[in-house]
Amino acid sequence: MSKNNSNLEDSEIDGLYRIVERDAHEGGYLLNPDDSFTRELIRGLVVNTKRYGYAACPCRLASGDEAEDRDMVCPCDYRDADLNEYGACYCALYVTEEVASGKRKLRPLPDRRERELEKKKKDKGESEKNISGLSYPVWRCSVCGYLAARSMPPEKCPICKVSKERFEKFI
Amino acid sequence: MFDIMTLFCILGGKQRMKFDNFTRVEGDSCGTIQLFGLSTCIWCKKTKEYLNSKGIEYYYVFVDLLNESEKEEAKKLIKKWNNDISYPTIIINESRSVIGFDEDEIDREIARNE
Repeated sequence: MSKNNSNLEDSEIDGLYRIVERDAHEGGYLLNPDDSFTRELIRGLVVNTKRYGYAACPCRLASGDEAEDRDMVCPCDYRDADLNEYGACYCALYVTEEVASGKRKLRPLPDRRERELEKKKKDKGESEKNISGLSYPVWRCSVCGYLAARSMPPEKCPICKVSKERFEKFI
Repeated sequence: MFDIMTLFCILGGKQRMKFDNFTRVEGDSCGTIQLFGLSTCIWCKKTKEYLNSKGIEYYYVFVDLLNESEKEEAKKLIKKWNNDISYPTIIINESRSVIGFDEDEIDREIARNE
């Protein structure tokens, strides 16, 4: 029984691994080349998807409320900033070329989420910028920064493939 | 096989635990080492394995497996040492902390034995 369960989990991990790998490749991102490490992270994503109903970052504490945790659903809103600053996202599922090739050593990095959420709370109210004469609102993908001027955000980000819930009204 | 760290560990004292959801891992006493982690977090797993490899006594808890009120309590305890409330967080003798999996810092902070 337990063997069957672990087999089932293995196939689930393989399935998600393939999807994550494909999306990373298509979006111009690199996964951590350490296969067993990456697999362990994908396992965490499978566990969290079963537990919470969404793929919360395995290295962060999920609340169980998807709307509250949307910023930390993998790929998280902080991936790109951490890649730029540290060469890896917080859990190190995604890495830069420099880290992947071993030119830059992976160091423990701080989690910017609490600080970013704090900042967002403060900024709220000031963020609604109005540029008169715009015929469409501009939506911004909170994961990759893609901008779309249209009445509603796209169903899926054409760049990084996240769902429309990850878009915020930018202008 | 009697390095400086082991010596510090043997001299180390014990403190009472403020949080009762910890699981104890047996080993040489190095003061009170508390590890707050997540069961899904690979860096927490690496930290645990590293502490295991040192053969020292420590207490760990996987915060994601606690009930809601215990989670809140754990987060409050972590926040005292780590404003980001991130995992893993190690608290040593209730006097200092190591945030993230950093082997050198873990060694250094445990050896300080204050």
